[in-house]
Amino acid sequence: MKILTKWLRAYVPGVPVDDAQLAEDLTLRGIAVEGIYDLGNGNGSLFEMDITTNRVDAMNHYGVAREAAAIYGLALAGLDFALPKAREGAASYPVRIEAEDACGRFTARVLRGVTMGESRDWFAGAEVATYFGLLEQKQISNAVDATNFAWIAMGQPTHVFDLDKIEGGIVVRRARKGERLKTLDGVERVLDAEDLVVADHAKALGLAGVMGGWDTMITPATKNVLVEAAWFDPIAVRRTARRHGLHTDASHRFERGADFNAAPVASGLVSAILLESGGWLEGELVDVRVAAIEVRTAKRKPVELKLSEVHRILGATVDAEGITAATVEGVLTALGCELATCCGAALDGASWQVTLPSWRLDLEREIDLIEEVARVYGYNRFANTLPEFGEGVRALPWAEKEAAVRRTLLGAGFHEAIASTFCSATEAALTAPQPGLSVPLGNPLSEEAGVLRPSLVPGMLAMIAGNLNRDVSDVRLFEVGTVFSGNTEKVEERPSLAFGAVGSLPEQGALQAARAIEFHDVKGVVEQVLERFQSRAVDFDRFPAEAGLTPEWLHPYRAARVVVDGATAGWFGELHPREAAARKLKEAVLVGELYLDRLYRLPLRQPIAKEISRFQPVRRDFSLVLDESIAWEKIDRAVAGLQIPELVEWRAREVFRDRKLGVGEYSLLLGVTFQAADRTLREEELQSFQARVVEAVGKVGARLRS
Amino acid sequence: MNEEIPNLTAFDEAALDEAFARLERQARAAAAALDNDAAVEAFRLEWLGRKQGRLNEVSGRWLKAAPAEAKKLLGVRFNALKAVVEGLLDAALGAGQDGSWGGAALAAEAIDITLPGTRRLAGAEHPITRTLNEITRVFAALGYSVGVGPEVETDFYNFESMNFPPGHPARDTQDTLVVAGQERRPQRDRLLMRTHTSPVQMRTMEQQPPPVRIVIPGKVHRNDAADATHSPIFHQVEGLCVDTNITFSDLKGTLDHAMKALFGSAVKTRFFPSFFPFTEPSADVQISCIFCGGKGCRKCKQSGWIELLGCGMVDPAVFAFAAEKQPGYDPKKISGFAFGMGVERIAMMKYGVSEIGSFYAGDMRFLSQFA
Ligand SMILES: [Zn+2]
Repeated sequence: MKILTKWLRAYVPGVPVDDAQLAEDLTLRGIAVEGIYDLGNGNGSLFEMDITTNRVDAMNHYGVAREAAAIYGLALAGLDFALPKAREGAASYPVRIEAEDACGRFTARVLRGVTMGESRDWFAGAEVATYFGLLEQKQISNAVDATNFAWIAMGQPTHVFDLDKIEGGIVVRRARKGERLKTLDGVERVLDAEDLVVADHAKALGLAGVMGGWDTMITPATKNVLVEAAWFDPIAVRRTARRHGLHTDASHRFERGADFNAAPVASGLVSAILLESGGWLEGELVDVRVAAIEVRTAKRKPVELKLSEVHRILGATVDAEGITAATVEGVLTALGCELATCCGAALDGASWQVTLPSWRLDLEREIDLIEEVARVYGYNRFANTLPEFGEGVRALPWAEKEAAVRRTLLGAGFHEAIASTFCSATEAALTAPQPGLSVPLGNPLSEEAGVLRPSLVPGMLAMIAGNLNRDVSDVRLFEVGTVFSGNTEKVEERPSLAFGAVGSLPEQGALQAARAIEFHDVKGVVEQVLERFQSRAVDFDRFPAEAGLTPEWLHPYRAARVVVDGATAGWFGELHPREAAARKLKEAVLVGELYLDRLYRLPLRQPIAKEISRFQPVRRDFSLVLDESIAWEKIDRAVAGLQIPELVEWRAREVFRDRKLGVGEYSLLLGVTFQAADRTLREEELQSFQARVVEAVGKVGARLRS
Repeated sequence: MNEEIPNLTAFDEAALDEAFARLERQARAAAAALDNDAAVEAFRLEWLGRKQGRLNEVSGRWLKAAPAEAKKLLGVRFNALKAVVEGLLDAALGAGQDGSWGGAALAAEAIDITLPGTRRLAGAEHPITRTLNEITRVFAALGYSVGVGPEVETDFYNFESMNFPPGHPARDTQDTLVVAGQERRPQRDRLLMRTHTSPVQMRTMEQQPPPVRIVIPGKVHRNDAADATHSPIFHQVEGLCVDTNITFSDLKGTLDHAMKALFGSAVKTRFFPSFFPFTEPSADVQISCIFCGGKGCRKCKQSGWIELLGCGMVDPAVFAFAAEKQPGYDPKKISGFAFGMGVERIAMMKYGVSEIGSFYAGDMRFLSQFA
C-alpha cells in the first residue's frame, strides 16, 4: 500500500517532523513504512507501507493520519463535507436486506442528471489529479475515480450503478443456485446458493463486497446513478470471493472487517465528486442497518480498563513518570475511543469505561487497549528489566543421554547431519522397523516426501549418495532425529540414531596405506554407543538369510541385529547390494540405526574405578584352528564360561586363513591375560588355567594348531 | 676410503677450523654409512687405530709441524674432533648401551616431519544443533528449563489453543503440511506437522502450574517450496515465562540480555509492534547489525538493524486454554511472555551460510567446517 505524505499531512495539520522521521515514528508504532521515496517539487514523499492484517483500518490515508495524530497529540481533520441540499424524490429509494446475517448496513444515494466524463478537482486543495498522479493511479472517469478516491482516502469500498438499469430496487440476498451474473471483469458466472449478491427485484447486480456487475455498470450514456456504500460480513465475502477465484480491493477490506460507520461518509465523498460534473441529489441517504450486526461493530459494549492493569502487564518505563492516566486517555482518545472515568476513584488508580471505535474491530478486550497504550507510547520507552529468578532448572530426562550419544559419534569422527523428515512410500516400506505402520501426508511437497519417515535410514542413504555423487569419497555421518509410526489416527514419535560410513581408514595421511572401512569399524562405534548405557547384556545377532528376519536394506550376511537386555535396539551392517545398485553406489556402504527410545530407558553408565592390580599380568596366546561355522562368539562364551577370576582379559588377536589349514577351516589367535589382584601367579596355576582354556575352546570345536 | 691426511701449511684459526671441519664431515659421512659390525670395526681402526689411525696421524703430522703459538689452538680442536669420532663409534656400536644417546643410529631413524599430520576425522556438531545449544544455554543461565513436544501436532495445540481464529490463513493446507485422512475428524483433533514450537507452550502449561520458565528447541515444518532462505523444514527456539508480575519490560530486558549473550555485549535491541495470535502486546525484535555495528551494510540492507525474533505478552485467551487443565493460569493473577526465533536464520548469520538447504544436505564438505 502506498501513502502520500502530502495527502496524509492534509488530514493532520502541524505534524512537527519531516517525512523520514514520520516514517520512523510510524514504523516504531507498528505502522511499518518499508520504503520512502522523495517525490520532489514540494510533493512530499511516497511511503511504501507494510501493515499487518489485523490493522486493516490503517491501510488508507485517513487511517495512517489517525495514527500520526495519536503519536504527536494532534487533532485529526474531519472527513465529512457538505453536500448540496437534495431535491425531494418521489419516495425514498427501496432497499431491503434479506441476508441479515451477511449484510450489516446498506446505504444508497440517488444522483440524477450527472455527466460521465473526466474527473475535475472538486474542492480547493483536494488536488485529486495531483494525488492520483503521484500515486500513478490512472484517472479513468469521474465515477471510477470517485470510488477509487474514497478507497484510497479512507479504505471504504463503494460502488456506483447505472440507476436506470436497476429494476424495482435493491435487495441484498443470497444467490439462487445456478443464477447467472456477468461481473465487471466480463466473466459470465454461475452463482452458488451461498454467494452473497446485491440484486434488484429481477436479477443479481453484483457479487456483494467483491465485484459489481456488467449490466448495471456506468457507461458514457449514464445519466442517473445509485451510489452504494455498505458493510458486508467478512466470512460471507471471503467465501464468495474464494468460490469465484476473485481477490479485489473491496473483498480484501470486507474480509478483514470494514468500518460499520464509514458507509455514509464514503457515500458522501463519492457523491460530492460526481456532483462536481453536474447533476443533483434526489432524496436523502437511504440507510438500512441490521441491529444485530451494529451491536457487534459500531455499538459494542464499553470495555473496562484499569490503570493498575496497564502497569501490571507493561511494567517499568525508562522515564520516571511512566504511563499515567493522562497518557492512557491521550492515546486512546486520539485513536477514536471514548473514555468515561468509571467506578469512582478505584483504590489502585484510575479506571475507565472505554467505548470502542467502529473501525477498530481488532479491539475487543482490556488487553487490546493496553497494547494500544504500549504501542503508541512507544515500545522502546519501556525499561529493560529482568524477572526475579524462578525455581531451579529441570533438565529433560534424556538430554544427558542424547548428549552422550552425540559425543560418542562425534568422537568416532562422524559429522552430525539433519535429513528430511519425509521419505517416499517405497523407502518407508523398505526401512520401517514395523512394516505397514507408516503415516502419509495429505498434501506432500512431492511424492519422494510423501510419508513421515519411519526410519532415519532413507535420509542417511540419500545423504551418502549425495556425497558420493559430489565425489566426496570418505563419508561418516550420523543423525539424531524423530521417526514416526502408527497411522493417520494416531502417530507415534520416537528418537532414533542413524549412521553411515563409506570410504577408507585412515581418512587422511601419506604414510599409512588406506584400507576400506568395513563392518567391524562401524560395529566398534555401535559398541561404544552401547557402552554409554548401563545394560545387563548386549548381543549382536545374525540370522540365516532364509529366515527373512534381516531388514531388506541390509546385506543378509554382513549385518547384525543389536540386542540390548533382550530387546532389539537396532540394526546395522553393509547396505544390501541390491539397494546399493538401485542408488548407483559402487562402494560398500555401511549403515545402521539404533532405536534410542530403547537405550534411553537405561541409565547412563556410571564409571566405577576398580583397584588396579600391582601384580604382574601374564599373557598367553593360543593358536586355534576352527571350522568356518564356529564364530568368535562361541569361543568368547566358552572362555567367559570358565569364570576364572584371574582370567582378566581375552580377545581375538588375529584371524587368518592359509593353505596349510583344512578346507573350510580358519585360524584364530586367542590372546588371554591372567592376573591376580593379590599375588603373583605361580607357574602351576598358570598351567592349570591354560589347560582349562584349551579344554573349554576344545568343547566348542577349536583345536590347537600344532 | 678417505683421502690421506694432508700436511698443514697455515696454522691460523681459520685454517685450522677449515681443516678440522673437513675431517669431521668425513667422519660423519663414514659413520652414517656403517651398516654392519665389520664396517664399524673398520671405522674404529681407520679413525682411532693406535698405529695407522687418522687421528693418530693428525696428531703426528699437524701437532709436530705447528709453531709453538698454534699448538694450543690445534690441541683444543683435536680433542673436540676426537670426542665426535668416539661418539660416532659409540652410536654405531649400539645406541644407548652405555648411556650415550644420539648419533648415527638415531639419525638413521629420521622422518620427514614436514609431511602433514595424519588426521582422523573429527566429528562436527551440526551448526543447527550448535546454535540451538548456544541459545538454550543462554536461557538456562536465566533459569529456563528445556522442554520439547511432538513434531506431529493436533490442530488444537498448534492453532486453536494458540488463539488462531478458525479461518486463519496459517491453517490452510497451502501453509501447513497435514497428515493424510484428517478430513472427517473434528477440527481440533486433526493431525498436522507443527508449524511452530509454540504448541509446546500449551503442553507445558497443561502439565505444570505456574511459575513456568521454559525454552523449547525443535524442528518445525511448513508447506514451503525450498529456495535460498526457505525450507519446508526448519528449527525454532521458543521461550515461555509465566509468573505473577511478569511484565513487558521483563520481556524486553530478558531478550536484550539474551541477544547480548548470543551476539556480544555491544549489540543493541529495539522492539516494534507486531501481531501474533498468541501474544498481546506483540513485538518484533531487531538487533543492531552484527556485521557493521549499525552503520549500515549489505547484510542489513543498509538499515543497521537485523530482525531476529518475535515475542509478546501471553494473550489472556491462551491462558484461558491452559486454565482448563491448570486453574493456576488465571490471566487476572498471573502474566507471562513468550518469544520465538528461527534457528536457521541465526545460524546463517553467525556462520555466514548463504543457502538454507546446506543444513539438510549432509554434505561432508559443508559439515567439516564446523568441526
Ligand atoms: Zn549491517
